Amino acid sequence: MFSYTIRRILMLIPVLIGMTLIVFSLIRAIPGNPAQVILGQQASKEAVASLTKELGLDNPWYVQYFDYIKGILTGDLGTSLRTSSAISGEIWNYLAATIELSFVAMVIAVVIGVNAGIISAWFQNSWFDYLAMFIALVGVSMPIFWLGLMEQWGFSIELGWLPSTGREDVRNPIEAITNLYLIDTLIQGRFDQFVTAFKHLILPSIALGTIPMAIIARMTRSSMLEVMKSDYIRTARAKGQSMFLVVYKHSLKNAIIPVLTVIGLQSGLLLGGAILTETIFGWPGIGTYIYDAIGFRDYPVIQSGILVVATIFVFINLIVDLLYAAFDPRIKYN
Amino acid sequence: MGETILEVKGLQTHFFTDDGEIPAVNKVDFHVDKGEVLGIVGESGSGKSVTSLSVMGLVPKPPGKIVGGEINFKDENLVNASEKRMRQIRGNEIAMIFQEPMTSLNPVFTIGNQLIEAIRLHNKWDKKKAKARAVEILKLVGLPRAEELIDEYPHQLSGGMRQRVMIAMAMACDPEVLIADEPTTALDVTIQAQILELMKDLNKNRGTAIMLITHDLGVVAEMCQRVAVMYSGNIVEEGTVKQIFKEPKHPYTVGLIKSVPDMTSKRERLYSIPGSVQKPGSIKVGCPFAPRCEHAFDRCVSETPALLEAGDEGQKVSCWLHHD
Ligand SMILES: Nc1ncnc2c1ncn2[C@@H]1O[C@H](COP(=O)(O)OP(=O)(O)OP(=O)(O)O)[C@@H](O)[C@H]1O
Ligand code: SF4
Ligand SMILES: [Mg+2]
Repeated sequence: MFSYTIRRILMLIPVLIGMTLIVFSLIRAIPGNPAQVILGQQASKEAVASLTKELGLDNPWYVQYFDYIKGILTGDLGTSLRTSSAISGEIWNYLAATIELSFVAMVIAVVIGVNAGIISAWFQNSWFDYLAMFIALVGVSMPIFWLGLMEQWGFSIELGWLPSTGREDVRNPIEAITNLYLIDTLIQGRFDQFVTAFKHLILPSIALGTIPMAIIARMTRSSMLEVMKSDYIRTARAKGQSMFLVVYKHSLKNAIIPVLTVIGLQSGLLLGGAILTETIFGWPGIGTYIYDAIGFRDYPVIQSGILVVATIFVFINLIVDLLYAAFDPRIKYN
Repeated sequence: MGETILEVKGLQTHFFTDDGEIPAVNKVDFHVDKGEVLGIVGESGSGKSVTSLSVMGLVPKPPGKIVGGEINFKDENLVNASEKRMRQIRGNEIAMIFQEPMTSLNPVFTIGNQLIEAIRLHNKWDKKKAKARAVEILKLVGLPRAEELIDEYPHQLSGGMRQRVMIAMAMACDPEVLIADEPTTALDVTIQAQILELMKDLNKNRGTAIMLITHDLGVVAEMCQRVAVMYSGNIVEEGTVKQIFKEPKHPYTVGLIKSVPDMTSKRERLYSIPGSVQKPGSIKVGCPFAPRCEHAFDRCVSETPALLEAGDEGQKVSCWLHHD
């Protein structure tokens, strides 16, 4: 397992290099002088010249790329044109908000999705199966923004149970340590704030988690149905094993393997969904950060934001691959 | 004749499919005595596996269902037993091994995990004791490196080794009856002989009764004391190995015996029974073998023959040639 892990990590290097190349060329792909485009047609020659220099666009491309990589490796992600502050200093605040939201959304999606899929397969063609698969079908075809708006309308405006925007109560702000509020409030022993932070998470994470939940449920069900027909399941039953362990031990460990792919893929897509969700729920995450940067043509922020999101995506895939190997002993040897 | 341990009486297992009700097992009678090896032979699709799964209470449901008959194991009718009771019996008193050694072990758990699970399901032993037993039983079935094997996964083992593991797992709790559903069909000839030898030893040394399903009459001659011949969901003939080989009475059995390749004769071509097995249930009245039988006469298509004693010492046959 150890050497497999090392091998998989080494295999990431070319991927990461390729990724930086793409992100790097993004800003350079703008037709004409990027500095001019960023500043607009009315900008003075001097301003354009100084921005060109600031962005390093007057150097040959390989020097630029080298500087860019050097910057990344030393933790320098450039300077925001809008706020004039170092991107590396502010990006984590946004990223943490997104990670918290995505993580909770994914936990909901995996826990409910996998279990619904298992029970549907176990009791195939029961009312539970029909109901769960109907909900899943509706779930996959539900646009996030529509679901988000309906949630806000129902649970915030009509019922008043849950907050509709933001991460915290502005009258009782949370003191950030890691900027993962669930953790920060616990560290400080502020359970009242923990509850507030959690309440703020519920609606956006459901909006974000519904599609992956539905997809995971359907995938788990079909994978389980396939596995439960296999000979080794019959063997397990022939030993006298209980149906519960036949399902949750013998079947699940096999059936989860293809589901892991879906979970990995959905975790990546979640970052895309997060941009929409964050906009609807006023969530100060990386999606909002990039979205605002696009409006201001703040290219360094766009560039670094995309790089960070893509890196996370790559590492999620690494984790999925490692989980694969943990679940399927055949992988390490082939 | 010994004491009967398993008696199947009038067993009917039907499948309810889109094409209608299929009587895969249609009023089957046979019994297994303590410590004996009973062979069940028949062509593909004759209902051998469904019969054995019925005994285990493992017929896939839906679409299958036992719709009639009794399965008497010791003093208990298993057809009426609860799932809880069946779980106590499975693997503990009646164990089963299957035709497909390559796919019958769970690929994501170690051999030890699966073996220890089988042991601990029926014994309240701690892990250490169960592990010791697992190693012991792996050695018993002739597997080398038992201590290391425990930590290996099925894909690291050959087919023959996997079938040995399956046998070890089935024997782990010392069952009184072992159902072996074509345990060697998927293996090559030399391995086949070894596995059969192993089962013979277990039968002799531990007194485990074996219900051996096969379509290889050579295996029957080698292993069994008695044979039941199945055709299209019915038992058409039953008797001792000697009776069946020396004086087969049912035309189907006669055909089967004739189709065995005979080393001593110079026959060029193998005899094979013309036609193929009818789908169970396609013949509602009359002898199910009639469409392929060279002796068929009027009565065969108008009346269904029953499995009745014919001639000497308990040989039973279901054929109008031998009944009034
Ligand atoms: N799951 C099922 N659904 C519907 N019909 C089935 C099912 N399983 C078995 N059958 C029916 O039962 C009949 C007997 O099948 P069975 O597997 O017992 O045959 P067999 O004698 O074991 O054959 P083989 O030598 O190929 O293993 C088949 O012809 C089929 O029509
Ligand atoms: S009953 Fe008739 S058809 Fe059936 S096996 Fe006997 S002779 Fe042939
Ligand atoms: Mg079979």
